[in-house]
Amino acid sequence: MEASATSVTGGRSALERSPAGRLPDRVLKWGLSALAALILILIIYFFIRLVGQSGHVFSTYGISFVFGNDWDVSRSIYHGGALLFGTIVTSIIALIIGVPIAVATAVFITELCPRRLRGSLSIVVDLLAAVPSVVYGLWGVFVLAPRLLPAEKWFASTFSFIPWIGGGIPTLYNYFIAGLILAIMILPIVSAISREVIATVPSENKEAALALGATRWEMIGMAVIPYSRSGIIGGAMLGMGRAIGETIAVVLVIGSAPKIGSHLFAQGYTLAAVIANEFGEATGIHTSALFAAGLVLFVLTLIVNMIARWFITRGSHGTRGTGATGMTIASGPAGEK
Amino acid sequence: MIPPDTTSKEQSDMSTVGGPSPDRPQAAPAAAKPGAVTAKAGHAVKLNDLNAYYGNVHAIKDVTIDFPANEVTALIGPSGSGKSTVVRCINRMHEEIPGARATGSVELDELDVYAPDVDVTAVRRLIGMVFQKPNPFPTMSIFDNVAAGLRLTGTKSKDLKDLVHRSLHAVGLWDEVKDRLSSPGIGLSGGQQQRLCIARTVAIEPEVILMDEPASALDPISTLKIEELIDELKERYTIVIVTHNMQQAARVANSTVFMLEGEVIEHDETNKIFTNPSDERTERYVTGKFG
Amino acid sequence: MSATALPQISARRRRTDKVMRGLVLAATIVALIPLILIIYYLIHKGLSAWTQSGFFTTDPTGSFFGSPGGIRSAILGSLEIVALATVISIPIGIGVALYLTEYGKEGWFANTVRYFVDVMTGVPSIMFGLFVYIVLVVGRFGGSGFAAWKGAVAISLLMLPIVIRSSEVVLLLVPSSLREAALALGAQRWRVVFRVVLPTAGPGLLTGSLLAIARGMGETAPLLFTVSTAFGLTFSLNQQMNTMPFLIYNDITSPRAALQTIAWGTALTLVVVVLILNLVARFIASRSRMA
Repeated sequence: MEASATSVTGGRSALERSPAGRLPDRVLKWGLSALAALILILIIYFFIRLVGQSGHVFSTYGISFVFGNDWDVSRSIYHGGALLFGTIVTSIIALIIGVPIAVATAVFITELCPRRLRGSLSIVVDLLAAVPSVVYGLWGVFVLAPRLLPAEKWFASTFSFIPWIGGGIPTLYNYFIAGLILAIMILPIVSAISREVIATVPSENKEAALALGATRWEMIGMAVIPYSRSGIIGGAMLGMGRAIGETIAVVLVIGSAPKIGSHLFAQGYTLAAVIANEFGEATGIHTSALFAAGLVLFVLTLIVNMIARWFITRGSHGTRGTGATGMTIASGPAGEK
Repeated sequence: MIPPDTTSKEQSDMSTVGGPSPDRPQAAPAAAKPGAVTAKAGHAVKLNDLNAYYGNVHAIKDVTIDFPANEVTALIGPSGSGKSTVVRCINRMHEEIPGARATGSVELDELDVYAPDVDVTAVRRLIGMVFQKPNPFPTMSIFDNVAAGLRLTGTKSKDLKDLVHRSLHAVGLWDEVKDRLSSPGIGLSGGQQQRLCIARTVAIEPEVILMDEPASALDPISTLKIEELIDELKERYTIVIVTHNMQQAARVANSTVFMLEGEVIEHDETNKIFTNPSDERTERYVTGKFG
Repeated sequence: MSATALPQISARRRRTDKVMRGLVLAATIVALIPLILIIYYLIHKGLSAWTQSGFFTTDPTGSFFGSPGGIRSAILGSLEIVALATVISIPIGIGVALYLTEYGKEGWFANTVRYFVDVMTGVPSIMFGLFVYIVLVVGRFGGSGFAAWKGAVAISLLMLPIVIRSSEVVLLLVPSSLREAALALGAQRWRVVFRVVLPTAGPGLLTGSLLAIARGMGETAPLLFTVSTAFGLTFSLNQQMNTMPFLIYNDITSPRAALQTIAWGTALTLVVVVLILNLVARFIASRSRMA
């Protein structure tokens, strides 16, 4: 038997495949591995170039670039403190306004709303994510900002006793409008993740609560919210990451004033917005400063996203974050960072 | 054993609980005899012409059963016979399923829980439920699990401690957990978790306890402990237990109901059901010919 | 024996239940308001631009006086650039996802790649533009400063992590039993991938790709410093090119009112394209789930 096998296949047993036959498999494997490696190299290279380009301004100012408060192009002084302030403030406003509403919609859709409406309502909320951020900016500039100005003026004067929130004279474009638009933009992703997490609450816990004589709302408070808390926080942090990096919608409605605004309705600036505005005409150390702003932005989103992911895996109680959440986070809200 | 009850009743909401007086844990002998027609001090449940539907599926057909006070009644039958559905209708959990509904009446003493203006959450205070899979709240400690139902009616914190301890004693869990009341409820073994769930249920002093295959997910030793517990609990509560384990029914139940395809086939003293059933279908089931 | 009286569920609890449920409903409605308003204004102001003569068939004139022109070059430019970005990012993205699910699996290298891809999803999109600027624009790579293909590279960088993540999710959903069956029949790995895995995952991969394309179409920031813009119609990929997002961005800040109307019209066009892509993607996804 072996003799005939040998003579037919030229020295190999019938079980071996020819080197030529193995080739496609090897090519595929190494080709795909190369692509995967490419991604790693790309990001490392990205980071290196970014750091390189920011080198100039960091060697000039050191860490005071990040926290100092004086960004003056005309005098060639670059401290990004006001930008960092604006980035964080607008993100916090977005979280304060957006997260409660997003979680409420998630609770409504998964727990309270009639079954047949569930799908359509989810789709509609998610549709907010499909709107490009430049369209949000357009709407913000021509509709939201002018319409809200009277209300902002009323608010600032009525609540003038609250430090920083009230007491100032609102301008058309300010931190609040930017934060509000960001809140709308992060709503779909926080809602989607919250919905996903709330849906994993075991029904037996919900039944146990109801069987103890809990009202619907009490059941949600006893069985649903505590179980989903980590996941929801993770979703909120992902939303914050989005808000931090958002450029176009913010640059159109924040007023582009590179100083720490004295009240909620004052003009401000963010790290992303300054890059969009000033990069076109920047030279020399100015360019380096803008790259440095980008670096700070990148590191900030990195940290926030890492914290977010930690909360989400902690909150998934053992289930992997795949399926719809994966798709949701992957395809993500449209519009830019 | 149920320790002497020294707590003051919260000014609830609840009318007095019947049953043997709390500081005499031993029940009067008459109450223990199965099928005895003595006046009970407990609460009886009567199902009258109960019909239940899942959408268009008619799952329970004209079911009429008397569950005597302070007795354990078992519901047996093959899968799909409707026993769990019946039990879920008693505390109106059945209607929580989308598309599910029930008609007929379920009377707790003289009160029809299906009457039009009855508040479902109030019904469930009186009729507690223990589920097949132990389901302590995963984010709560042992203490908080037991206290969960009590907190709903605003029991004052100073009363909580006594009530929680009493419940844990009542289910025989106290010695095993007394040093770790603040550790998570899900850290316990399966059998302990189920007893924790029972403690959670009795903490709010219902009048009836429904048990849907309470030991089917547990090991034999835990099962035995649960059965002993059921025997003690019937002194204070009326108990309905669904089980697919016929030996279990024989061990714990005063009377047994055999159900098939949504209908009650036979309801009699447990002994009689298993040794000399009247209906041929009952006989086939208990001798293991099907199901 | 005391009859059962139904415990009164406290009015406070009933009220809280109603109030909280009302609040949650109100919040959901509030969440929908921006979407409704945006759609309303897009249609209201955008249609008046759409009905202008030559809106879709002429190019922007870029001049301050006279006719502002239409947006033809922007539409075609967007299509071209995103098409090129798609051609780059989809094959690479699916390829990396294939590596992760078929070969790398849970190994250290694969997990590292996954982590970096996660990092990439969090990068603000303007950074991709800056990166391409440093690497390709500054050095006048390819003999041009700003160029359409460079913008396409930036957009493809943005699309890449989206394609990889969603493709991985979909590929993981292909049952391993299918793969094993094919391998057990003696098929080589590459055949299994191309004949079994990819076709099965096809609809899901398509959905993920369409969503990535929809995202790519709407981005502005990566284009700012890579392709910039142009007014007239160009097909050359090695020059500046007009795009819809860029046009909107420019026109918003323009002092000329007519251009603001054009901005709305362009926005409506862009949103319609993006919405169609999204709805088609969802349709494919839901159909494949039902199959």
